[in-house]
This record gives sequence, C-alpha cells and structure tokens, in this order.
Amino acid sequence: MIPPAFTSLPATEHLLVAPVLLPLGTAALMLMLGEGRRRTKGAINALSTALGLALAIALLVRVQAGGTAAFGIYLPGNWPVPFGIVLVADPLAAFMAVLAGAVGLAALLYALARWQHAGVYFHVLFQLQLMGLYGAFLTGDLFNLFVFFEVLLAASYGLLLHGGGIARVRAGLHYIAINLLASLLFLIGVALLYGVTGTLNMADIADKLQLVAERDRGLLHAGAAILAIAFLAKAALWPLNFWLPPAYGSASAPAAAVFAILTKVGVYAILRLWTLCFPAEAGGSANFGGTVLIWGGLATLAFGAIGMLASQQLNRLAGFSVIASSGTLIAAIGFDAPALSSGALFYLASSTLAGCALYLLVELLERARQVPEGPEDWDDGNYALPAFLDAEPPRGINLDDNEEQLIGRAIPAALAFLGVAFTLCAMVIAGLPPFSGFVSKLAMISALIELRGAAAWTLFALLIVSGLFAAISLMRVGMHHFWTTQDRPAPRLRVAETLPIAALLLAALLMVSQAETVLGYTRATADALHEPQRYIDAVRGAMTVPHPMVRGGTP
Amino acid sequence: MELIISIAIGIMAGAGVWLVLRPRTFQVLIGLSLLSYAVNLFIFSVGSLSVDAEPIVRPGLPADLQHYTDPLPQSLVLTAIVIGFATTALFLVVLLALRGLSGGDHVDGEEERA
Repeated sequence: MIPPAFTSLPATEHLLVAPVLLPLGTAALMLMLGEGRRRTKGAINALSTALGLALAIALLVRVQAGGTAAFGIYLPGNWPVPFGIVLVADPLAAFMAVLAGAVGLAALLYALARWQHAGVYFHVLFQLQLMGLYGAFLTGDLFNLFVFFEVLLAASYGLLLHGGGIARVRAGLHYIAINLLASLLFLIGVALLYGVTGTLNMADIADKLQLVAERDRGLLHAGAAILAIAFLAKAALWPLNFWLPPAYGSASAPAAAVFAILTKVGVYAILRLWTLCFPAEAGGSANFGGTVLIWGGLATLAFGAIGMLASQQLNRLAGFSVIASSGTLIAAIGFDAPALSSGALFYLASSTLAGCALYLLVELLERARQVPEGPEDWDDGNYALPAFLDAEPPRGINLDDNEEQLIGRAIPAALAFLGVAFTLCAMVIAGLPPFSGFVSKLAMISALIELRGAAAWTLFALLIVSGLFAAISLMRVGMHHFWTTQDRPAPRLRVAETLPIAALLLAALLMVSQAETVLGYTRATADALHEPQRYIDAVRGAMTVPHPMVRGGTP
Repeated sequence: MELIISIAIGIMAGAGVWLVLRPRTFQVLIGLSLLSYAVNLFIFSVGSLSVDAEPIVRPGLPADLQHYTDPLPQSLVLTAIVIGFATTALFLVVLLALRGLSGGDHVDGEEERA
C-alpha cells in the first residue's frame, strides 16, 4: 500500500529535486556497470544529461509561468523552513540550471567522440559534476551550498586529471590545493554567520540580519567577507585567479568546456547571497563590500584583457577570456542596479556558451599540431567530415613566378567549419555586433550611462577596451591558425565533435534573435534579486506536507 | 576553556598556513590537514563551548542553550571532517602521481632555478 504521504504532494512538485537526483542515480548506476561497457555508459550518460537539461528547462518554464511571485520551494525532509533543508527554484536558479545543462550536454557530446576513452570513470565523474552544479544552483541552505560545492569540486578534480600527463597533474595539484583552502575559508565564513545569526537557511539569515546587535556587526561582516573570499577565489577575482589559466588550459577539452560554468558558480553565489543579505535598505550593512566587488571586478577585467593580449597559446587565451568575463560580471553586480544586473545576466549566459565553445574549438584547432597529451587517436575514418578536395595541389597546375599555384585552393569542409565557428565565437566573446556579446554589452553600457560616477565610467571604458583587446588577440590567433602557409594536413573532424560547437553557437545566435524575450526574463530576474523580501517571504512561507496520521486520522 | 581552544586553533592555523606556503608537496598536505583541524575546532566552538552538556533534549530539563550544547555545529563538523578527509586523500593521490611523473616532491613539479 502506498503511504498517503506520498500521494499528498503533486508529482510536479518533485520536479525541483529531480535535477539533483537524476545525475546521482545515473552516476551510481554507471559505477555498478564496472570499468568496461563504454558504449552503454556513453548512451546512458547522454540520455541522462539530455533529460537533466529538459528538467532544467521545465523548471524555467514553470518559474516563468508563475510571474513575479514565481518561487518553487521544495522541502526534502518535510521539516518546517528554518530547521530542515530547502531547495528553491527562483528565476536566477532556473536560469543557471538551464545554462549548466546546456554546457554539460555540449561537453558530453564532444567527449563521446574521443575523450571518453581516455579514462575509466569519465562518465561517473561527469554526472557527479552535473549533480554538484544543479544542487549548488537550487539549494536554499548555506551548508548545503558548501556540500554541493564540494561535490562539484571533487568531480572537477577528477575531470581535470582526466587523460593524465604531467602537465595535468601539476596543474591539478595547484588547483586542488587552492580549492581546499577556499573550502576551508567557506567553512569559517559559514561558521561565523551561524554564530551571529543562529541559522543556516539563506532566507532566514537575511531575515535575521536586521536583528543582529550592533556589537556583533563586525563579526557578521568578517564572516561575510571570509565567505566572499571563498566565492571570489572560485569566481577567479584578481588577485585570486592565477590558478585558472594553467588549470583550465591543461584540462582535456570537454572538462575545460564544463569548467566554463564553474567560475560562474562563484559569481552566482556572490549574486545570490550579496543581494539577499546586503541590499540597499539593510541599514548598517547596506551594500557591504560593494566597492570591493566593483573595483575588484574592474581589476579582474583589466587583468583578463591584458592577459588575453599577452597569451600566445589559444588555451591560455581562453582562460583569460573566462577571467575577463568573471570580472565584468562581478563589477556589474557590485553596482546593485537592476538594469545593470539584467545586462550582466544576459552577458553571463552569452559568455558561458561562448567560453564553452571556445574551449572545445581549442582542441580541434590544436589537433593538427598533435597535442602530446591527448588520448590515442581513435579516429578510424568513419564519421569524418568529407574533404572536398585534396589540400595538396594536383600535378600540372599553373604556377606563378614563385612556383605558387595560381588558382585558389578549395577549402576542406572541416577547415571551413573551424574558420566559421572560430570567427563566430570570437565575435561573441569580443562583443561585436550583431551577436549576443554585443547585445549584453549594449544593455550594460546603456545602464552605466545612467549610473554615472567614476566606477561606472571606468567599467564603461573597460567594457569597450576589453572588447577591442579580445578582438585583437583572437584575430591574431585566428590568422596564425588559418592564414599562415603551413604544410599541415586539413584537420579531420568527427560530426559528433562539430555538432556541440554548432549547437552552442546556434544557442548564442538564438539569444540574439530572441533578445527581447531573454532580456525580459533577465530583467525580471534582476528585479526579483533586488527585492530580497520576496525571496525571504516565499521561503519562510513554505508549507510542509501534513503528516497523514495527523491530517486524516487513521491511515 | 575558551582561551585554551582559541590558542589551540591559532597554533594549528598558524602552523598550517606556514606549511601550506612551503615548496614541498608533503608539507602542503600536512599544512592543509592542520588547517582543516583548526577550522573544524573553530566550527565546533561557535556553538558556544560547554562541559558535560548534552545535545539531546531530556524530559524535565528546559530546552535552551543554558542546559544543552548546540547540536548543529557538531553535525556540521562531522560533515566537514568527512569531506575534508576525502579531498585530502584525493590530494595525496595527486601528490604521489606528481612524485612519480616528475621524480621530485616540489609543488611545481620541478626544482626552482638557482
């Protein structure tokens, strides 16, 4: 007999916990399949990741359909709110979950072509990574946030080392040490906040902050600052970001592509907690640390832009572009202006998709140079895109004075795809019209003009200059890869490798064609973030499911 | 008791920070372990220190923090210990892998140039 408790909650309510449970179950299942059966595991993983994305989209649709009061609250243990843990799907969480699902699916499709063969537990680690991401976005509890951070970090340690080789192990050692230290800071911050407010529920903390005694305010600020350092180290704020370019640059392509969203988890945590706890009306703590966020973000943006210009290798350049996007986001968040946050959220989606596509492209572009630490080439010639013509000039062709052929060479389809994809990706990252990077920067710049002030004008200038630097450095790399005469064969691509890149860029293009809808959504999200009382009321007002014995007499 | 606990936390955190900044991988590992002990003790201490107080409510005794110790930091410490232990073990594996691949125990995989 089914206990009545299970029937009393509508099935759709469980949608909130599904994105966390699905990867966990899939990972457990694949662990039991043992070390072989890659094909089966690949199929299961792809199915589960696609389903996860579908669930995230369903969540987004549900949140959007609810209008302004759209908060999905789920109490996993059915304890009333400040005591039990809680999952919250608000517009921001649903938005981030969809991004995580999209990036995950693209990286996985890419990995199915070659990289899944480089290690035994790739699929398991990948699913745990997704579980950590979904959990971190959906949780409404500070300590649960720590646990999900650790889940996604532990999985990312494994994914970073995927493929082996001394470069990965060396970068991995630094990455793990930095993240362990950041996690310890996270714990200290959580403990201090608990000591001051006596609760770990984010909404409850924000609610209790008004009751904090004036003499405890210093302790509260210290706790918040330590917690922020942990998040900012993960979000790659300068000067806490020197680990990022080597770590992401040495990771295998699909792992690096997933990592494109890991820095955004830090940005998300800052955005969520800072807007919740320190809004403008928070009295003595109003906008605590806002100046640090703004100027730290600006320094990060400048550092990232200069780093892009200085880097010779494409994988390091991609790392610095991730840093620059983090800096833009943190600086924009620090202004605490809904219009600017709305543009920043659009930029977050655009830069995550483009960063993911760029990391996937890096490997394809470098493949002709034979990256030494790649797995063995499993390419058996099936699935390869056709070369239209042999890249070597046929015999008896017309040659000019320098013995160069006079007619143009036909471009192989693979090279054409790489060229077009790289150009699109570069334009999105640099923010050139008419792509999504441009729309987001335009939205931010038009908000900045109204804000005025030294910091606003600095961000205004840096947004434009960093776009110029990104365009210069990416075009330089593009010329180096596509236009220099080199005796290298046209790269051989598999359809499975080109498909995710095309899909990611298509998503970025779709964001432009639907820019009004997307901007409307990000604007509603930003408005909700800047009215934290709505979040607090929604979470604190969550109803538990009544016990069947109490409610209906004898079961 | 507050003084003893805070001195213990301070010594462990100080030693941990110093060791983490050392160039040998094993020193970094021990430093991270010491730091995590310090943090665990710190979390434990935010629940206000008390001797011989139980975390579970007994009938007849009013349920407030005068008569009981706060059970939540204890459960947080338990979780933090488990997670810290697992990640430190993972760090140890990577340490050994780097040792095997580079033949040395410098954190950068190669000795500094003099």
